[in-house]
Amino acid sequence: MKIFKYIFLSLAVLTVSCKNDAQQAEEATDIETVATTDTFPDMSIFNLPSNWTTQDGEEIELKDLQGKVVAMVMIYTSCQAACPRLVADMRNIERQIPEDKKDQVQYVFVSIDPEVDTPERLKAFAIENKMDSDEWLFLRGSEEDTREFAAVLAVSYKRITPIDFSHSNIISIFDKQGEMVHQMEGLGVDSKETIQAIIDHAG
Amino acid sequence: MFWAVTVAVSAQNSEMALIKSGSYIPLYGTDSSRVDVKSFLIDTIPVTVSEYKKFLEKNPQWQRSNIKKLFADEGYLKNWADDRDYGTLNPNEPATQVSWFAASNYCKFVGKRLPTIDEWEYVAMADQREADAREKKSYNQYILSWYEKPKVHGQPVGSTFKNYWGVYDLHGLVWEWTQDFNSIMIASESRTGGNDPNLFCSAAAVGASDLMNYAAFMRYAYRASVKGNYTNNNLGFRCAKDIE
Repeated sequence: MKIFKYIFLSLAVLTVSCKNDAQQAEEATDIETVATTDTFPDMSIFNLPSNWTTQDGEEIELKDLQGKVVAMVMIYTSCQAACPRLVADMRNIERQIPEDKKDQVQYVFVSIDPEVDTPERLKAFAIENKMDSDEWLFLRGSEEDTREFAAVLAVSYKRITPIDFSHSNIISIFDKQGEMVHQMEGLGVDSKETIQAIIDHAG
Repeated sequence: MFWAVTVAVSAQNSEMALIKSGSYIPLYGTDSSRVDVKSFLIDTIPVTVSEYKKFLEKNPQWQRSNIKKLFADEGYLKNWADDRDYGTLNPNEPATQVSWFAASNYCKFVGKRLPTIDEWEYVAMADQREADAREKKSYNQYILSWYEKPKVHGQPVGSTFKNYWGVYDLHGLVWEWTQDFNSIMIASESRTGGNDPNLFCSAAAVGASDLMNYAAFMRYAYRASVKGNYTNNNLGFRCAKDIE
C-alpha cells in the first residue's frame, strides 16, 4: 500500500501561544465589482459555491474576485505567532509589485476562526494593520466552507485551544480565472518567485 | 455488553449507531491532550457503490464526466463503467475512488456530514468487546495484518467485525475520509525536509510520544499525505450526524 512510504515521517504536535484581543471599527469601503461570468476552468477556485462575508459586512462569492490576480492566505486575527509574519509577508509582496500592476491585484485574508473573526473584528484588524483600503480583503465563511477552502489550498489547520490554532503558513497566488499558479510555503521566505508570478499573471 | 442503540434513518438506507460521549487520548497525546468527544451518530457501514449511484443520479455535477478537477483527480470513479453505471463492481462494496469533496457533498446531500478525525478514532478504538481496545495485542494485530493484505476487491460492507458500538468495517475493509483530514500538521513532503517550524504557526513541536499505536500512526500519516481531490481505490467514507 502506498501509505507505507509515509510511515517514517515524524508526527508533530504543535502548540501555539497566541492571545486574544478585540477592537471595534466602523468605517467601510466598497469592493470593486467587475462584469462576471459563470464558466471557469476546471481547477478554478471560482467553482466553489461558498459565500463569504467581508470586513465591511458585504456578502461575496469567490467568483466575484475574477479579473484580478489574487494573493491569498489563511490566518486568524487573535494569532500572535505566525500570523503577524504572514501579514508582513503579504505587505512586502504588495510593496514590490510595480505601480502599473497594483490595481490588478487583490490581497485576500481568509479567517480560519470564523466564530471569533466577525466582520467587525476583521475590520479592526485591517485598520490596525493599515490595510483598510480596497486592495486588502478580509473574508470569513462558515466553518464548513472554511474547511473546504483549506482543502483546496492544501492548507492544514487545527484548533488547539478555544482561542488558538496551528496552521500551515502558505500564501497562494491565483490568476484572473481563479486557477492556482503559485504557492509560497513558510515564513519570511524569499518572495521573489511569488512576486514574479503575480506580475506575470497581472498582464 | 452493548450500549449501542442502532437508529434507523430515513435518508438512503444506511443505519446509524449512537456513539456515547467520552474522552480519549489521541495517538500523539499525553494526559494533557485528552480530547472530549460529544455523543453523535455514525453510519454502521461505509457508503456503498449502489448508494453512491443513487447520489450520482440526483447530482449530475458529481458524475465522472462532469466533476471539476478541482474537486477530484483523474482517478475519480475510474473503475465505474460509465457516469451512472458501476459496471462489474459489487453494489454492496464500499464506494471508493471518491474524493473528500465528493464524500463531503454526499453526506451533505443525505442530511449528514463526514465524521471528524476525533469522532472516527474514538469509535475505531473499539474491538468487539471493549470501547477502547488499543492496548490489546489482538486489536493491533488485526489492523496491522489488514494493512499488509492487498485489497480484496468486491468485499461487501459489513464483512468485518461488529464493534462495541455496533459499527462495522472501521478496520479491515477500506480507509475512510474524515471531515478535518487537513488538520494534521506533518511536514509531509521531502521538499520541506522535515519539521520546519516556519511552516506552521507553532511555538513548539514534539515528536509522537508513543508509537505503540502504530496502526493509528499510519492513519494520521495517511490523512496528512492526501489532498481534498485525491482518490484511491482503498479510500472510502461513511457519514456521521450530530444528535438533535
